[in-house]
Amino acid sequence: MNRHTLSVLVENKPGVLARVAGLFSRRGFNIESLAVGPTEVSEVSRMTIVVAVDELPLEQVTKQLNKLINVIKIVELEPAISVQRELLLVKVRADATVRSQVLETVQLFRAKVVDVAPEALTIEATGTTDKLTALLRMLEPYGIREMVKSGMVAVGRGPRSITAAAVR
Amino acid sequence: MTTATPRPAPVPGPPKPTPPPVRPTPAALRTATEPISVTGAQSLVHSLEAVGCEAVFGIPGGTILPAYDPLLDSTTVRHILVRHEQGAGHAATGYAQATGKVGVCMATSGPGATNLVTPIADAYMDSVPVVAITGQQSRALIGTDAFQEADITGITLPITKHNMLVTDPIDIPRAIAEAFHLASTGRPGPVLVDIPKDVLQEQTTFSWPPEMKLPGYRPTTRPHGKQIREAARLIAAARRPVLYVGGGVIKAGADAELKVLAELTGAPVVTTLMARGAFPDSHPQHLGMPGMHGTVTAVAAMQKADLLVALGARFDDRVTGQLSSFAPDAAIVHADIDPAEISKNRRADVPIVGDCKEVLVDLIDAVRGEQAESGGRTDLAAWWKVLDEWRETFPLGYDWPSDGMLSPEYVIERIGAIAGPDAVYTAGVGQHQMWAAQFIRYEKPRSWINSGGLGTMGFAVPAAMGAKLGLPDTTVWCIDGDGCFQMTNQELATCAIEGIPIKVAIINNGNLGMVRQWQNLFYSQRYSNTDLGTHKHRIPDFKLLAEAMGCVGLRCESRDKVDEVINQAMQINDQPVVIDFVVGADAQVWPMVAAGKSNDEVKTARGIRPLFDDDDAATGKVIDHAVIDHAAVERQEHAGDFGAEFGAEFGADFDGGTEGER
Repeated sequence: MNRHTLSVLVENKPGVLARVAGLFSRRGFNIESLAVGPTEVSEVSRMTIVVAVDELPLEQVTKQLNKLINVIKIVELEPAISVQRELLLVKVRADATVRSQVLETVQLFRAKVVDVAPEALTIEATGTTDKLTALLRMLEPYGIREMVKSGMVAVGRGPRSITAAAVR
Repeated sequence: MTTATPRPAPVPGPPKPTPPPVRPTPAALRTATEPISVTGAQSLVHSLEAVGCEAVFGIPGGTILPAYDPLLDSTTVRHILVRHEQGAGHAATGYAQATGKVGVCMATSGPGATNLVTPIADAYMDSVPVVAITGQQSRALIGTDAFQEADITGITLPITKHNMLVTDPIDIPRAIAEAFHLASTGRPGPVLVDIPKDVLQEQTTFSWPPEMKLPGYRPTTRPHGKQIREAARLIAAARRPVLYVGGGVIKAGADAELKVLAELTGAPVVTTLMARGAFPDSHPQHLGMPGMHGTVTAVAAMQKADLLVALGARFDDRVTGQLSSFAPDAAIVHADIDPAEISKNRRADVPIVGDCKEVLVDLIDAVRGEQAESGGRTDLAAWWKVLDEWRETFPLGYDWPSDGMLSPEYVIERIGAIAGPDAVYTAGVGQHQMWAAQFIRYEKPRSWINSGGLGTMGFAVPAAMGAKLGLPDTTVWCIDGDGCFQMTNQELATCAIEGIPIKVAIINNGNLGMVRQWQNLFYSQRYSNTDLGTHKHRIPDFKLLAEAMGCVGLRCESRDKVDEVINQAMQINDQPVVIDFVVGADAQVWPMVAAGKSNDEVKTARGIRPLFDDDDAATGKVIDHAVIDHAAVERQEHAGDFGAEFGAEFGADFDGGTEGER
């Protein structure tokens, strides 16, 4: 099964997230990640949904999504021609003896320290799933106390806008 | 046993108070109106008038009460006070299926709304244009578990085409306009509009027409020219084509175009349970209904076809049987207005998204073009030779019950013959439904109304009520089972009081017949909880029950009285009539493909199984003979009980647990 990233433009109305999420579970599709937020058009929200499905079920899920009245447009974003990012916040055990090593890792990954305590650092990192997985692997030996990750957000490369074409 | 007290028939239709003169006429409302100051409730009723709604089936209650006040004044919207909200929902469906218009039902919040859930799910599965309007608790109380509060938009999310909660009275006209537009266009379906009580009470302005805001709704009705040409090419080349016709053809009003295409190509036609009437049963190219209880010829034709042209059909499991062995040699042309149906179950070689009528019009042109180029239509004589042999060898039929009781098939056949093709027939779900689909000859679209997708027992009586209200000059027969009838017969009181004279034939076999049939075939004749006692104890006495509800009650128990009692019912046009046909309990629905089995395993009642040789099928060679299992015929003739053998033959891997056959 391949991972697919779908950008779904929806009307910014109450209950739309429930409709989309409900459709996935009802039709037996698993959502790997989901991120929702506003767009440059106030009436339109954008969902970025990552699903692991084969080609044929993917066609079925996009068709079913398209049937939802509040869904305006669906675009699949190919990794090669889009920018895809996740945000990670991770709290790592780091007392004075290992702090410098942890900071070195932070720099290697071009991440940021956003909070410091005597025994721990909170690190903020953005990137692709692969990069964040690699960062976590490097931090694991020090002890991860807490972590949280956003769903993926993605935008196509080049000058074109999917929102402009959809909303006119 | 007591007798019901004779009582005069109620006067049809309650008197309506004269409307106040200030209200604009509905005719004016259909065009543009100046904004007027009204309550939300008045805005709702004005909106219903403006969209052309003529009938609302419903029951008032706490939160919808404000809407019922201006409804009393409406001269164009007739409200039918039903006895149960489920009846309101199915009546709206019956009305919509009979007339092609949008059916409307109304209920209060909480239990009123949740009682609509079954009919809404039913309308969703059968793509029926229904608008459900529900009251909701006032905005400030939503989310507090207030009295009669239920999250009905949340509950109906997966069973509506769309639903909405109106939070500002100014949005009411737009919500109603959108609801009717969504319900009736594209692939039709139910739309629910939930309106809080204080939104109905608040002062607002009403103007018409409102501007609809549906940026995400653009159904494709025009088919793609390239796909049409490709389909026409396949049709012209096919040696064993079958036109697989679904309910979409009726919804699109495309029966005339279908006939043209069928006669142009000479191809055989099968009509699914939802499409009975889309193509005349009397037409020589009609093979009947496909599927689990379809004709052997329709089932076998699809199995052996080299091309299936699916028109407004959805490859339902009840049609395809085991999907992997369904129509193994057929290329698929699939035309549907819903792109999500295409390649959902069976991959389409030529997908066509569009309205069936427009698809057929274009297809007729394209096929004519192909035929002009190739000098005439493809010779299908070899195919018809096979089909005709099957038709002759495996006609639909039935046996008289060995206990001398009435044959249910005979009763249904006679109703169809006497009431004729101009009548409308509704059915519940079960054996009587299948027999009504098999043994009544349908010649016209919208003359057969049943619950296909959801299989809702209790559908028939309220659906007949809705159909009769929509078509007052048409005879409406409700073919019902004794099990189904006991679920929704309270609407007979509605029919009697509102002056909706339907005719109900209870095919009373004393049992939940279809379940009993499965117990006979697959559960070693262990009849667990299927005997309703309507034979043994005559509880209820359907004749007396009918009389108690203001209907004429009749009973028929013998063959020589069948025509007489049907004719008697045909003469009564001022009251609903109920006939209790006491029929044999052991009659079974045949032919049959057991659930999950290949359509190649279709069996007829006579222990005859057309043998389909897999090797021949794989090479695409036409099987031009069927083998009769003479031994099985003899066994049946001697034993009279072919069911056990049938069940044994199906083996133990029968998937009964998930079926829930109702």
